[in-house]
Amino acid sequence: MAAFLLLTLLGAVAAAGASYATARNLLLEDAQDSFMNPLVKDVRDYASRLTVPPAQQDLDDFASYLRGAAVITYEGLRSRGPDMTLVPAEMREALKTSKTVIWQRRTDSAEPVVFVGIPLLRADGSPTGVEVWAWTSLGGPQRAIDSFAKAAWVGVSLVLPLALGLALFTARGVLRPVRRLGAAARALGSGRLDTRVDSRGTDELSDLARTFNSAAEQLEASQAASRRFVADVSHELRTPLTAMNAVTAVLDEDAASLPEDTAVAARLVSAETRKLTRLVNDLMEISRFDEGRNLLELDEWDIGTAVRDSLAARGWSSSVDAVLPSGVMGRVDRRRLDVIVANLVGNALKHGGTGVRVVLSPGVIEVSDNGPGIPVDALPHIFDRFYKADTARSRSEGSGLGLAIAWENARLHGGTIEAANAPTGGAVFTLRLPW
Amino acid sequence: MVLLVEDDPSVREGLGLALRRQGHDVRAAGTGEEGVERLRESRPDIVVLDIMLPGIDGFETCRRMRMQAEIPIIMLTARGDDFDVVAGLEAGADDYVVKPVEPRVLEARIRAVLRRTVSEPSTVERHGSLLIDRAGLQVLKNDEKVALTPTELKLLLELSRTPGRVLTRQQILEAVWEHDYLGDSRLVDACVQRLRAKIEDVPSEPRYVHTVRGFGYRFGPR
Repeated sequence: MAAFLLLTLLGAVAAAGASYATARNLLLEDAQDSFMNPLVKDVRDYASRLTVPPAQQDLDDFASYLRGAAVITYEGLRSRGPDMTLVPAEMREALKTSKTVIWQRRTDSAEPVVFVGIPLLRADGSPTGVEVWAWTSLGGPQRAIDSFAKAAWVGVSLVLPLALGLALFTARGVLRPVRRLGAAARALGSGRLDTRVDSRGTDELSDLARTFNSAAEQLEASQAASRRFVADVSHELRTPLTAMNAVTAVLDEDAASLPEDTAVAARLVSAETRKLTRLVNDLMEISRFDEGRNLLELDEWDIGTAVRDSLAARGWSSSVDAVLPSGVMGRVDRRRLDVIVANLVGNALKHGGTGVRVVLSPGVIEVSDNGPGIPVDALPHIFDRFYKADTARSRSEGSGLGLAIAWENARLHGGTIEAANAPTGGAVFTLRLPW
Repeated sequence: MVLLVEDDPSVREGLGLALRRQGHDVRAAGTGEEGVERLRESRPDIVVLDIMLPGIDGFETCRRMRMQAEIPIIMLTARGDDFDVVAGLEAGADDYVVKPVEPRVLEARIRAVLRRTVSEPSTVERHGSLLIDRAGLQVLKNDEKVALTPTELKLLLELSRTPGRVLTRQQILEAVWEHDYLGDSRLVDACVQRLRAKIEDVPSEPRYVHTVRGFGYRFGPR
C-alpha cells in the first residue's frame, strides 16, 4: 500500500517536472529565435552596401539600419549605441575567428540575457573584421516560465490529494480482492474445498474470482464424486460380505473334518472374509465422516470408568498399565471415545509390544508404549488413511484406517490427537478433548 | 422359529444356514409382502427383517407386521446410518444389527429377545390401574389386557421391579436387551415411547414411566 502511494506521488511530481523543463526550453528558444532571425536577415541584406574598411559614419549608418538594436565594431571603431562591456570577453575572442553566427544565453544576472555576435565575411569566407553585436533580455519569457512553474506546482498540490484518494480507491479495488484471492487459494490448497470468494462486479478481478470459484466447485464436485464412489463401493460390498460372513463360522467349525488342503483353504477364506469385513466397515465409517453424516451423542461420563470399560471389553486390562483416576468427568460421545481408545491402544499393542501405558488427566488421555517409536518422516502422515510407517509390513492386522478413524472421531468432538516420540523412546499419542 | 425376510438370495441362504446350525427353524421370504404373508400362516417366534427390500420396504413391512402380531423384530440395516436406525425403531423394531452382520452377534440378539418371554415365579402386582402378572406374563389396564411385545413387556417388568428408583439407559439396555457395555440408548427411548402409547392415558404426560433428564427412567404411578 505504502509503495503504491509513493509511486503515485513520484508520478505526479515527475509529470510536472518534465512539462516544466520542456515548456521552459520551448519558450526561451522561441524568444531567442524571434530576436535573432530578423537581425541576421537584416545584417545579410545590408552587408553588400557596406564598404570595407568602414568609416565611423558607415558603422553608424549600419547601426541605424538595424534600428539601434545592435552595435557594429571594426577594429578600434564602434558605432554609437549601448556599451560593449556587457558582452562576455570569451565571446568577443571567439567571434574573431568564427565564420558563423555565435550566441550565448547568460543567466548569471538577475534576468537571463542572450548575446548574439555576427561576423561579416568576404566572398572567399575570410573575415572582414566587421562585427555586429546585439543582445536582449529574456526577462519576459522567464516570467512566463516562472508563472508556469508556479501553476505546475499548484497543479501538483491540487492533484496530489486526488491522486492519493485515487490510489487508496485503487488499492481497495485491486489489492484487497487480490489479497482475498490469495487467502482463498491458500485455504483451497489446505483442503477446504468449500472456499469461495466474492465475485460481484464486472472487472477483470471479478472474472478471476469467478474462475477461481468455478475451479473450486469442480474440485469439490470431483472430490465429492470420488468419496461417493468409495461409499457406494463399500455399500455394494456389504451384501455379498454379509452372505460370506454368515457362513465363515460353518467353515471354521467343519474345517477339522475336511481334507487337509480344503481345511487350509476354508480357514483362509474364513479369516480373510473377516478382515475384509473389518476393512469395509472402516471404509463405511470414513465415508460417513467425509459426508458429514456422523453425529455426536454427548453425555456426561466418568472418563476413567469409560476407558477402563473399553480396555476390559477387549481383554486388554492385564496387558495395559492404566492410570485412570476416578472423578474425571466429561461430556463425550461414549461410543466414539471407545473407538478412539480402542484404536490408540490397539495400535500401541501392535507396534509397541509390552509397556503400553494409558494415563488420564483432565482433558487429556495419553497412550504411550516402549516400542521403536515412529520414524520422524512418518510423523506427519501417521493419521493418513492406509499410511504404513513400516513399508516392509505390506499388510497389517488392521484395516489401515484405525488411526484415521480415531483422528476423525477426536475432530468430531472438537478435539485433537497428536503423535510424537517420547524422549526415552517409544510412541506417545495424546488425545485432547474439550470435555 | 425364525422368519428371515431378505431379498438377496445369497444372504438369505447364508444367514439361513447359520441360523439353522444354531438350532433354529428358519422360514425365509424374499419380499416384504411375502414376509407379511408368512407371518400370518407360520406364527414365528421372531422376525429378522432387511431394511432394503424391493416393493414395500423394511420400515413398512415392520409396521404391517406390528399390526398383525406382537412379534419381536430385529432389523438388518445395510448402512450404519442413524437415519435408518431411528426410522426402524420408530417403525417398531425391537433391535437392529448392521450388515455385514456377525452371525454370533445376530444369534446373541435373537437369544436375548427370546429370553424376554420367560416367566418369573411371582405374585401379581398392582400399580395404579395397572395389573402386572409376572408369572402369566401379561399386563392388565383397568382389567383389560394390554397387547405388549416381548421387549415392551420385559421393559415394563424391569422398570416396575423397583418403583421409584431411577434406572439408567445403560442399565436398562443390559437388563432388557442384554447388550454388552456399549448399547445404543436409542433402543430404550424408542421402546419407552411405544410402551407409553400402550399403558399411559396421555403418553405425553406419563403416569407410569417417567423420564429423568440426563439419567434414564423411573417407574412409579403418580
